[in-house]
Amino acid sequence: MTSELIVFIVLAAVAVLSGILMITRTNPVNSALYLILNFISLAGIYLTLHAQFVAIIQILVYAGAIMVLVLFVIMLLNLQDEVKLSEELTRRHYASLLFALLVLAMLIETIGWMGGDTLNRMQQQSPLAVTNGTVERIGDVLFTSYVFPFELTSILLLAAMLGAVVIAKKRFP
Amino acid sequence: MIPVHYYLILSAVMFTTGVVGVLSRRNAIIIFMCIELMLNSVNLTFVAFSSYLGNEAGQMFVFFVMAVAAAEAAVGLAIVIALFRNKQTVNINEVNILKW
Repeated sequence: MTSELIVFIVLAAVAVLSGILMITRTNPVNSALYLILNFISLAGIYLTLHAQFVAIIQILVYAGAIMVLVLFVIMLLNLQDEVKLSEELTRRHYASLLFALLVLAMLIETIGWMGGDTLNRMQQQSPLAVTNGTVERIGDVLFTSYVFPFELTSILLLAAMLGAVVIAKKRFP
Repeated sequence: MIPVHYYLILSAVMFTTGVVGVLSRRNAIIIFMCIELMLNSVNLTFVAFSSYLGNEAGQMFVFFVMAVAAAEAAVGLAIVIALFRNKQTVNINEVNILKW
């Protein structure tokens, strides 16, 4: 058991456990905090994959910006009485669990089906992975090959900003 | 070294957790957070393949997925606020105007 594997297993266990705790907490604030824990452990897993830029962006954008926004909205709406809809186990829960297990079986089946040669060639990370994940390399590719999608993203963000303002405004025009 | 299966199976388990949350919870904000969880599990698959194939396109996709997720967060939370203002609840069982 190498040290890499131990680090991966610890981070994966934290990610899975915090995900499960996230969907079982009745208080939305607790759920949001567990989701932040999940994002942070996911950033650690990105580091084991040598994707430094993605790991930093994960912390900054997800654990930072998006989850602060979610927590802000939860606090703003004052959902204290939402705790009481805390849902005893009903038939709907068992049905959703069953369907989700079907989804899991399908995903695992797909991974196994892809198996054989394709996965055997991927027993270890490519030697290029170390340089591919750096900010330098990502920036190089982003502003040469992917510059058009990058500019389109700005229009998307502008549209989302306008949409959010219009939807959340007090009165519709 | 860690084979790529491990990352893929972790991603599948996280995606399934998100599916369970979306199907079983009734609080709109928690459903929203479960969708974020599913987006993240897909990101993990992208980064794993990017790293094992030595191709940076996967990390580019993750960058754009994150931009879309940020836009989705802004619009989704605005919808939740508008919903709460009109109905004083975020329980989606009570929001059924578009349901037939």
